[in-house]
Amino acid sequence: MDRNKHPIINTAYQLVPATGSLLRTLGTVFMHSFRKRETVSYPEESVYLPPRYRGRIILTRDPDGEERCVACNLCAVACPVDCISLQKAEQDDGRWYPEFFRINFSRCIFCGMCEEACPTSAIQLTPDFEMGEYDRQQLVYEKEDLLIDGPGKDHDYHFYKVAGMAIGGKDKGQAKDEEAPEDVRTLLP
Amino acid sequence: MSWWTPQLTAIFWGMFQALVILLGVVLLGAVLTVVERRFLGLWQDRYGPNRVGPFGTLQLVADMLKIFFKEDWIPPFASRGLFLLAPVLAFASLLLSFLIIPITPGWGVADMHIGLLFFFALAGINVYSVLLGGWSSGNKYALLGALRASAQTLSYEVFMGLSLMGVVAMAGSFNMREIVAAQENLWFIIPQFFGFVTFLVAGVAVTHRAPFDQPEAEQELADGYHIEYSGMKFGMFFIGEYVGMVLVSALIVTLFFGGWHGPLLPPFVWFALKTSGFLLLFMLLRAALPRPRYDRVMSFGWKVCLPLTLINLLATGAVMLWVGA
Repeated sequence: MDRNKHPIINTAYQLVPATGSLLRTLGTVFMHSFRKRETVSYPEESVYLPPRYRGRIILTRDPDGEERCVACNLCAVACPVDCISLQKAEQDDGRWYPEFFRINFSRCIFCGMCEEACPTSAIQLTPDFEMGEYDRQQLVYEKEDLLIDGPGKDHDYHFYKVAGMAIGGKDKGQAKDEEAPEDVRTLLP
Repeated sequence: MSWWTPQLTAIFWGMFQALVILLGVVLLGAVLTVVERRFLGLWQDRYGPNRVGPFGTLQLVADMLKIFFKEDWIPPFASRGLFLLAPVLAFASLLLSFLIIPITPGWGVADMHIGLLFFFALAGINVYSVLLGGWSSGNKYALLGALRASAQTLSYEVFMGLSLMGVVAMAGSFNMREIVAAQENLWFIIPQFFGFVTFLVAGVAVTHRAPFDQPEAEQELADGYHIEYSGMKFGMFFIGEYVGMVLVSALIVTLFFGGWHGPLLPPFVWFALKTSGFLLLFMLLRAALPRPRYDRVMSFGWKVCLPLTLINLLATGAVMLWVGA
């Protein structure tokens, strides 16, 4: 803007583009009458949740239908808000499993650290957030609330079939892609 | 029935008209509070209130129930009498202005020869409602809002009056019916374009609607002059704002867009259509434009609009003298 001009001319110079800009704004906003609305009318319309959405936590089973969780406690350690608690127990065949597994969802922040920490793909987050309760105590989920019948995201993964741990019916060296254990005595001179 | 004279019939007919118009305007003002929210939603790509009743039509009922049952609190530090008076003034002064609006050839409350001047007088009184409301609240934000409102309204009323003088000069009367009659062949929007533009600006400013809502700027003043009001007293300020919106739209239609004149459709339909068009414009202004800084509002009023109306008035007078001579 040329400051040397007469103030009246200066004002007129500013006024014309300003009026045009105002009218264009009005037009632009008015054209929004014909746009699609962004709102999702949630309870009637379902919300799209991506497959990897971090929602309600579940415990999965391996393809044979056994519990995947080996009660290693890594999830409980990884959890930044300490909402997971569990107790290890051992089956007759040597498999480890959680005696109880408890997630306090009134504390859980759905960060997914437990899923990342889990070595057996047992604990997984699912695309579901509709877990509102009127009673806070109802948000404490026990193992029977968490455990599902399927394998979840990792369809074929079977921890004991690839791990070197010996359990009933499978000795060391019998796992998939596992070599027989080294006989240390043959190395002796 | 010797006592039942034609005059009595006329009086009762007039009272009936006045009542219908009064109720119609108040109801329209109330309905507009919801309609505006729906339209703002539409222009902002969302829905607005659509839960109560089909398409949110019963939202008004819900809002009324809520506001009627709210605690009607008067702050202990407020000056009580003025605090009670302010919302009444705000509501009544704008509502009374509807006296002069001719809706159809047969309908209208009063046919006064001072017409427009009555509106200016009541618009002046309306400033007091804001001023008293802000002052008596005993709250510094309310006072700041009232300060802004009175300064803004006073300066915009100066050229609001002047912007309509061209119309008055062309129609040769302050009477609204005669102004409408003078527009039978040519609406005043064409010869009085600058008068229309400045009156539109002034009309938005005196009703404190966005983008001239500095007196109640939420972000700076936390609602300005009606910050201490609650319940139905706030409701009166609130409905009063919408009544003002209807009033200014109806005035623009009457003064610049030929009132009820229009082809084919009956007069009332034309009047209603034109008025709702301007109500839409009011809402669109609120949806689209940001709120300018306060000093800009003042300097725009004094440095742009006032000279523009003066030039317009001078030009109108010159042309009329030229044509008349």
